Amino acid sequence: MTEQLTLFEKIWRAHTVTARDDGQTLLWIDRHLCHEGSFHAFEKLAMSGRKVRRPDLTFSIADHYVPTRNREVGPDEPEIATMIRLLDEHSRTNGIRQFGLGDPEQGIVHVVGPELGLTQPGIMLVCGDSHTSTHGAFGALAFGIGASEVSHVLATQTLWQKRPRTMRITVDGQLGPHVTAKDLILSVIARIGADGAAGHVIEYAGEAIRGLSMEARMTVCNMSIEAGGRAGMIAPDDTTISWLKGRRYMPKGDDWEAAVAFWRGLKTDEGAVFDREVRLHADEIAPTVTWGTSPEHALPVTAAVPDPSGEANEGRRTTFEKAVDYMGLTPGAPLDGLRVDRVFIGSCTNARIEDLRAAAAILKDRSTKVPTMIVPGSTMVKRQAEQEGLDRIFTGAGAEWLESGCSMCAATNGDMVPPGERCASTTNRNFRGRQGPGSRTHLMSPAMAAAAAVTGTITDVRKLAEG
Amino acid sequence: MDPFGTLAATVVPLRLANVDTDQLQPGRFLRKPRSDGYDNYLFHDLRRNEDGSMREDFPLNQPQYQSAEILVADRNFGGGSSREGAVYALADAGFRCVIAASFGDIFRSNCAKNGVLPVELPIEAIERIWEMAEADPSAPLTVDLATQTVRLANDPETFGFEIDPFVKECLMEGKDDIDLTLAHSETLSTFERSYGQDFPWLTPTG
Ligand code: SF4
Repeated sequence: MTEQLTLFEKIWRAHTVTARDDGQTLLWIDRHLCHEGSFHAFEKLAMSGRKVRRPDLTFSIADHYVPTRNREVGPDEPEIATMIRLLDEHSRTNGIRQFGLGDPEQGIVHVVGPELGLTQPGIMLVCGDSHTSTHGAFGALAFGIGASEVSHVLATQTLWQKRPRTMRITVDGQLGPHVTAKDLILSVIARIGADGAAGHVIEYAGEAIRGLSMEARMTVCNMSIEAGGRAGMIAPDDTTISWLKGRRYMPKGDDWEAAVAFWRGLKTDEGAVFDREVRLHADEIAPTVTWGTSPEHALPVTAAVPDPSGEANEGRRTTFEKAVDYMGLTPGAPLDGLRVDRVFIGSCTNARIEDLRAAAAILKDRSTKVPTMIVPGSTMVKRQAEQEGLDRIFTGAGAEWLESGCSMCAATNGDMVPPGERCASTTNRNFRGRQGPGSRTHLMSPAMAAAAAVTGTITDVRKLAEG
Repeated sequence: MDPFGTLAATVVPLRLANVDTDQLQPGRFLRKPRSDGYDNYLFHDLRRNEDGSMREDFPLNQPQYQSAEILVADRNFGGGSSREGAVYALADAGFRCVIAASFGDIFRSNCAKNGVLPVELPIEAIERIWEMAEADPSAPLTVDLATQTVRLANDPETFGFEIDPFVKECLMEGKDDIDLTLAHSETLSTFERSYGQDFPWLTPTG
């Protein structure tokens, strides 16, 4: 009988250069993506006098620090100018292809990689950024690494890793109207906890997952890290293959045929065993928002702010108290109707074309009550949105339509939520101070964020969309 | 990187869960060169009041914990971003060991690359260490990497911990893993050649 393997195991084996007795494995890396934050790694490499082994397999993209109001870095931002210049210099001196500020294919690294077809099924892809898990939506094994590991990859095109455990999350049934991939993944994180998948690679399966578009699958895999997962992946299928066809770095001609034939075999064998299985039904999932300071603090929008005093466990009670206090909330108050000060639609989680379409569907013929920033995930997404006229819907509703980058997601480029302000955000982290010191973030889907922009409060999008 | 052997040092107790890397080093400091020293960014926002003054109730600000080299926290320490700066901040502030009930995976591996030992212990053991450090901030904790044990000053019990043998080796010898990899140069070149032939479409053209 042939061995039954998970998708993860198939990719792991194909990339094993050598393995030690203790299980540490030297893995071949097919694609390596860099951004401005990679400067530590390049400096480390230069200090050791080593060279980039395969510059043709590394690509660098400016995203974390790029300004979004225009494409010029102001004279008052010398450090940001340095970050962008360093990426440019390190890319040029090492012979690495760069998509820098002003490039028509620039954007957030996890949006651009797939768009260009750098991300492919079955590959091992790494980047010095935790949301590298996004690329697993294509059936790649993709994970974030630290600066020391980035310099290891640059020098050797490999990485030492201990074999992670595997977890399958199966979502049966179909998502209800206006319930999105974001609601699905927030519900999963609330269920298993922000460290629920620590040490594991997640494979998402089941009817609800199969029914998702590539954009939606990327949203799910993106937030695997918010459940502590090492990576998240979804087996490639027709949706994957037709999405990838014709993209810039996709194989062509006979190579394309060979690649597709190979990709068809990339799935978990019937009977293969996972270290852990989690199962939920799509019916259980409602439009979801976070109330606290960890993505695990997520609840259906129809719920109320939890009352910490009702928590029996002392640690949990303290955590809840601190979160409620930081977020400026009243225990027991309904989430629906909570006033917000601003809205941010952007990030590698939810700023792809479909996300913008979903926001536009809500904003059409309506106007925003609070400052609303819309930052497309890439310059190509921006162009497409403009071709579809979405930009006119956004600006017509009074929202700001900006240039692509990470922007207010992590406030690295200076776009910040002012202290004490509450922001409805399509990003992935509601950590304290993530969007600027003292910022209060509520995570939600693009449609929910658009609904919050229209009403100035957290709002169940189903009410707006249906009535 | 200095080799890690046995560490006997005092502890700063941090009774917090989900201390993410944004708390360890806020994103706006990621652009700073390492040569500046990262110790000032450690818990930058968490340890300050809104007006910028230092919070007296934050353990790292308290005089009795100033010489601590071991930080002990609750579950999911270092979750979130891959920023190695979070570890630079700890290392530059003099921490050689972090103990928690669980860790973010990327943070854990970043620790080891910078000579900081990540030790996972059950929450019961952590409670005992917190209590010890709160009762007597000068009581040392002994962390022995070779035997993979943690010993409290006032407690006869020792707590064992798991660590990946490879990580242990790198930490104990203060080794750079690139050197280790280059010892496999021939195997790597052979792999690279045959892999390139098996998957010709993976060499980018475009
Ligand atoms: S959009 Fe946000 S989460 Fe995504 S890479 Fe940029 S900063 Fe990180």
